[in-house]
Amino acid sequence: MTKHTGYSKIKKSAKARKTVGNVVIYTLLTLWAVMVLFPFYWMLLSSVKSYGSYTSEFIPAFFTLSPTMENYISAFTAVPLAGYFVNTLIFTVSTTAIMLVVTVFAAFAFARLNFKGKNVAFMLFLALMMIPNELVIVTNFVTITTLDMRNTFLGLILPSVTSVFYIYLLKENLAQIPDELYYAAKVDGTSDLKYLFKVMLPICKPTIITIVILKVIECWNSFVWPRLITDDANYFLVSNGIQEIRESGFGRENIPAMMAAVVVISVPLIVLFLIFRKKVMAGVSRGGTKG
Amino acid sequence: MDRRNNKGWLYLLPAVLFLGFFMVYPLVDVFIYSFEEGYNSASQTFFGVGSYNYSYVLHDPYFLQAVKNTFILVIITVPVSTGLALLISAGLNSIKALKKLFQTVYFLPYVTNTLAVGLVFMILFKKTAYSDGLINLLINWFGGASVDFIDGPYWAKMFVLCFYTIWIVLPFKVLILTSALASVNPQYYDAAKVDGTSKLRTFGKITLPMISPMIFYLIITAFIGAFKAYSDAVALFGTDLNAAEMNTIVGYIYDMLYGNSGGYPSYASAAAIVLLVIVLTITCINSLISKKHIYY
Amino acid sequence: MKVVLQNLSKAFPSRNKRVNADVIAVRDFNFEIPDGKLIGLLGPSGCGKSTALNLICGLLTPTGGRIFFGDDDVTDLPPENRGVGLVFQNYALYPHLTVRQNILFPLQNLKGEDRLSKADMLARAHEVAGLVQIGELMDRRPSELSGGQQQRVAIARALVKMPRILLLDEPLSNLDARLRLQTREEIRRIQRQTQITTVFVTHDQEEAMSISDIIVVMRSGVVEQIGKPQDVYDSPVNLFVAKFLGTPPINVFIGKVDGGTLFIGEDAVLDIKGISDREVYVGIRPEGFVLDSGGPLCCNLSRVEVMGRDVSIVSSHDASANPTIRSIINAESAVDFTSANVRFTVKPDKVFLFSRETEDRIFFEV
Repeated sequence: MTKHTGYSKIKKSAKARKTVGNVVIYTLLTLWAVMVLFPFYWMLLSSVKSYGSYTSEFIPAFFTLSPTMENYISAFTAVPLAGYFVNTLIFTVSTTAIMLVVTVFAAFAFARLNFKGKNVAFMLFLALMMIPNELVIVTNFVTITTLDMRNTFLGLILPSVTSVFYIYLLKENLAQIPDELYYAAKVDGTSDLKYLFKVMLPICKPTIITIVILKVIECWNSFVWPRLITDDANYFLVSNGIQEIRESGFGRENIPAMMAAVVVISVPLIVLFLIFRKKVMAGVSRGGTKG
Repeated sequence: MDRRNNKGWLYLLPAVLFLGFFMVYPLVDVFIYSFEEGYNSASQTFFGVGSYNYSYVLHDPYFLQAVKNTFILVIITVPVSTGLALLISAGLNSIKALKKLFQTVYFLPYVTNTLAVGLVFMILFKKTAYSDGLINLLINWFGGASVDFIDGPYWAKMFVLCFYTIWIVLPFKVLILTSALASVNPQYYDAAKVDGTSKLRTFGKITLPMISPMIFYLIITAFIGAFKAYSDAVALFGTDLNAAEMNTIVGYIYDMLYGNSGGYPSYASAAAIVLLVIVLTITCINSLISKKHIYY
Repeated sequence: MKVVLQNLSKAFPSRNKRVNADVIAVRDFNFEIPDGKLIGLLGPSGCGKSTALNLICGLLTPTGGRIFFGDDDVTDLPPENRGVGLVFQNYALYPHLTVRQNILFPLQNLKGEDRLSKADMLARAHEVAGLVQIGELMDRRPSELSGGQQQRVAIARALVKMPRILLLDEPLSNLDARLRLQTREEIRRIQRQTQITTVFVTHDQEEAMSISDIIVVMRSGVVEQIGKPQDVYDSPVNLFVAKFLGTPPINVFIGKVDGGTLFIGEDAVLDIKGISDREVYVGIRPEGFVLDSGGPLCCNLSRVEVMGRDVSIVSSHDASANPTIRSIINAESAVDFTSANVRFTVKPDKVFLFSRETEDRIFFEV
């Protein structure tokens, strides 16, 4: 009989430990979630406080009872935020589109075609993957300057197009498609190009989406290259725009207006992320683990 | 059917052009620049060839400050962010309810604009004439004195920079580690359970070794990423990082290229190559260590 | 250690959200496992045999019924307190640890007075390593071992803490055919030597029959029959068990009993007593056929496969439930290869009758 009470004790303590563990885990996870979310909350909150009420709060208030949209209006009127937006959109879309074309063709050549010097070329490509951007940016800066392409979209876009890593990622994926499919298509008289677009790309759609997502995030947030290559506010991207706003926009002290601008800039990617949550996370983790 | 012809090169041509022009040529060129002394970007002339650029950079107090800042940033953020990410993903993996929600929330910083959210961090930490800022308010609550984290003492600024860097890099690490943890075959945990292994021992003796390749991968990328830190610092302290004593190596390179102190691509090149050497060395050391500790 | 399963049931919540009914993996399992025996849990995949094993070891908790080890009710006890050793289907050896570290692992978990000294642990590890004959592999890692060697390490790891019960989940399914034969002898030997009550799960009836003291045949969560392998083979309780045991499998015919005579199609194969007229399934073991030119059962000869000691006659019959009938005949019997037909008489003790409706066994006398 004594043994039985022993067992029930073991059972009880195991259950208690599990409950305590769960409470601790959830508390810590919630704590970090608050840390992550708080800046977003604060930026939303500040963006709807009026300039007057914001500056009069020596002790910042955690909520506001009189939200105002005036900051959003001034974000678009006092600084050329809409212009930054359009620039970023043009930059992101063109860079991603050109990148996709270049990447698809290169990956196809490596994965499917047979040509002289292919292996050497691929080795060189892989080697390039290890070159940090910071190393080549110096010359690119000088090149674009000498070509007189500063403050142009071409100057912004061209050096940002290529990513060896994406070529590698897509090539690996294309190479997994069985050769029999290619031979079957060849027997049916399908051209290489048609095979690429009708068979290979549909099969590799997830990878294509991954690449596009990663590139869009990269473009939308790019700061260093645009900063070097543009000093005309007509060509600023959102990152540079926000920096410009910080240094001289809204008379520097109008933080609610700044926050409104920050909200406007942050929203598109966050919305995109929330819609394609699964794809984005899968894409980033795939991109990350294979690199 | 797999005829060898040179049509492949045609498909490869766009990539070759782009890479050749914006990667291979610059790669060669940056070495040349770094040895050209007294290069003038306006006239594109130089006096001679030698190692003067390196010696200038290595004796430039701004560069030394930038190296110091970068190393401090690396030493603090790499272990802290990796450890924190491990903790969070372990927590995430042990729960069922709300797991998706937490994962989504944790990933948010990854998709935000570094510069934009940096501004939010700045106002949270900044002490101004009319308000001490939210963080100082919290510090006051706990009985501390206000500190200006943005224009104040060096370590206060470094703290904010590290904090923001960790906040930014954590989503990627949490994502990678969560999927690494989830990919451990649950049978190992069953086996450990049948053998009466404690939770802590299971984590240390089974989970950690199993995901060690991923951890080492994250550490290496964290090192490289932290050595290239720049945008985070600009977001918090503005573009004049030298004045704020918060410059980083990459920031120094850009400052040498362009801006108030710019126009010296030779110095920038030399600094870039110094950075490359540092990163390569650390990466080599890292992979040597990881080879010793990874069994498969 | 005797193990008693009392009305053991396990239901899983349905994965299909629209269906509310639970999926019942094990239903009302009653069984007293005698001390020191080797038990084979046998059934097709998805029959609940692995669930039953996991209930015994404690990785799953039952939704109904009790489990006793000896006199202790262990139903609600977590696995680590049950003192069971478990060998996984794919062994679950820790890939980053050497064989020695793998075997030591369970011992290092022990705390307090149960904890052995370092030297004792090593001695124990070497003892079990010797028992499963892997003494010379102690410093290798699992990736450097063959499948059979990994299997032995897994058994050693399960045995090292001297479990009250040893559980093996599909222990042979990851081995190639030759190793499988060898390893099952090995398991039998180790079990005999240690005298630990052992339960193993398999879908391979030959494997279960060859080494078990008792086999438990399961289907869709329900125990169909429990008994000594030979008894179950010689007297299956229903058509499922009859079909599941034996290679080549039992031949099933559609037949009927009419006026004390068993008919397969139009052929009156056997005079039987004690059954009223009814439709039946007739199961005849391959070894139940006797070649007889005047025999009542007339089949269309397809081919003859020579297997050395025996020959296997492949034929067909209109009333057969399967496309082919396989009968195994002594090689000395003369078979006329050229004939279109082949005629048999049947051995009554190799013939089983089953109800058409319930597929349960109908017993008869000759």
